[in-house]
Amino acid sequence: MAATSRKRRPVISPVQWATLILVALFVIVPFYTTALGGFKEIGELRVNPFGLPASWDPVRFVEILGGPRYFSSLGNSFLIAGGTVLLSTLVASMTAFALAHIKFFGSKFILGYLMLGLLFPSATGILPLFIKMRDLGMLDSHWGIIIVQVAFSVSFSVLLFHNFFKDLPKELIDAARMDNCGYLKIYWYVTLPLCLPIIATVGIFNFVGSWNSFLLPLIVLNSEAKYTWPLGIMQFQGQYGSDWPRILAFLTLSIMPAIAFFLLAQRYIISGLTGGAVKG
Amino acid sequence: MATIAAGADTPIAAARPRRYMDRKSLLPLLIFLPPSLILFTLFVVLPMIDAATFSFFDWNGYGPITDFVGFENYADVLTHRNFGTAIRNSLIVVAVSLAIQLPLAMWCAIALAERSISINVLRVLFFLPYMLAEVAAGLIWKFVYDGNYGLLPAVGDAIGVDMPFVLGDKFWVIPAIMLVITWKYFGFHMMIYIAGLQSIPSEVIEAARLDGVRKWQIVRHIKIPMIRSAIVISVFFAITGALQLFDLIIPLSNGGPSHSSHTVVTFLYQFGILRMKLGFGGAVSVLLFIACVVVALAYRRILFRVEQN
Repeated sequence: MAATSRKRRPVISPVQWATLILVALFVIVPFYTTALGGFKEIGELRVNPFGLPASWDPVRFVEILGGPRYFSSLGNSFLIAGGTVLLSTLVASMTAFALAHIKFFGSKFILGYLMLGLLFPSATGILPLFIKMRDLGMLDSHWGIIIVQVAFSVSFSVLLFHNFFKDLPKELIDAARMDNCGYLKIYWYVTLPLCLPIIATVGIFNFVGSWNSFLLPLIVLNSEAKYTWPLGIMQFQGQYGSDWPRILAFLTLSIMPAIAFFLLAQRYIISGLTGGAVKG
Repeated sequence: MATIAAGADTPIAAARPRRYMDRKSLLPLLIFLPPSLILFTLFVVLPMIDAATFSFFDWNGYGPITDFVGFENYADVLTHRNFGTAIRNSLIVVAVSLAIQLPLAMWCAIALAERSISINVLRVLFFLPYMLAEVAAGLIWKFVYDGNYGLLPAVGDAIGVDMPFVLGDKFWVIPAIMLVITWKYFGFHMMIYIAGLQSIPSEVIEAARLDGVRKWQIVRHIKIPMIRSAIVISVFFAITGALQLFDLIIPLSNGGPSHSSHTVVTFLYQFGILRMKLGFGGAVSVLLFIACVVVALAYRRILFRVEQN
């Protein structure tokens, strides 16, 4: 009886499959043409949009990889994103730890205050922020961007850490306290090792946000040598106008690290980005 | 575990005087709290207060702020010929997200909620554009739409239709941007829905199926109501995302042609930041802030779930 009622029904009907394939084409065609466009001659783009290129001459890719711009802009982005993740993880987890495990007057107020940041996007105050950074001498520096991005990420990161910390068994902290272990030691030796999953979630969330960010570096950075890759690619596009094969080659090379990283760690990244968002 | 829990109730523990803070926790608090409080206050809270202050002055960013103008900046913003367009466009983004993008995401989520290898490939593929930087996505689609060398005119050639330069056309630029937004974000919303769908106990669906409930009725009366909280969250992201849309517009149309595709933030950038009109920009910031807070307060139960627990 059970066996017959459990007979496998088709999960997805043919009509659904057809629609899904259409959606998949919609997603993939822009990537596909971008990747191949770097190999095509400019005249070829219009007459042969979907086919393979006439020749696989990688001349544009070689030129970009040999040029000064590509690696320096990716390196700058990596530095900024890495710095942001390290610092925001440390700062937010410390605060969340104090708010979750140390009893003191005003802890609820501080949590509520930090959560104000969730009410509005930090970019809202971008113009006064620019003035503030100018007055503090933080313009045109990677440190300036890192510090401001950490400030932007505080609300959400503290929220995620706090939600995680307060679900840790209280006995664990109490036991450590009875062993005369100070809060600093508990934070470092007891709590942090237990919260690697949430560190990964917060880290991925902040890394991707920083890696892709555009508005903040746009208003902060002046010197080309300090440009992050989104600025570099916009400048490259502005410089070469409609030399699309060259721009597409640059685009392909610029998005490749992120796509490779995504495909390698997609399970963690998807749960990090959506989980991070949903847990809020 | 039991012994420790019991230990907390022993007379010794109870006899200890209850204070708001024991002395030992002072030092940790002085180390743990200030970094985030200072950074958050300095770079998130104060700029918003500054924006509100600037909005009542006429100031170009240099020298003392003395030129008090009352609500003149607000009047300038509200009567600016492109501000209405920016608001309209932001509202269109919200409307299209709710009417097209989220239903597409929901449909895909329902089709792809169950596990298999081919399904997982599609899920990862649909999520891929969300990973991509907005700037890169914008440039990819700028190529697709390019009137001379792009994909769209090439397809037009193939089917014998003369395609317009969509990004240079006051009418087509908005639908073109909407398509990119759908492409970029539907996979994210789909993943939120899938997470919701997977938390529905399979017995519920199985029982309904055995009772002969039709497939779309299961979707309509069981699945969608049961993932209401996932939907509420995704709608929140769609609205706040629309309000702060910036990165995608700059490479695609830069607000053009003739300022017809500005959103609120590109408007702020074009007329406040680039021209260093701090009073004007401050007024835009305050208006945007109010809009965001109104949306967020309407959604307060999600945002402050932390305090209920």
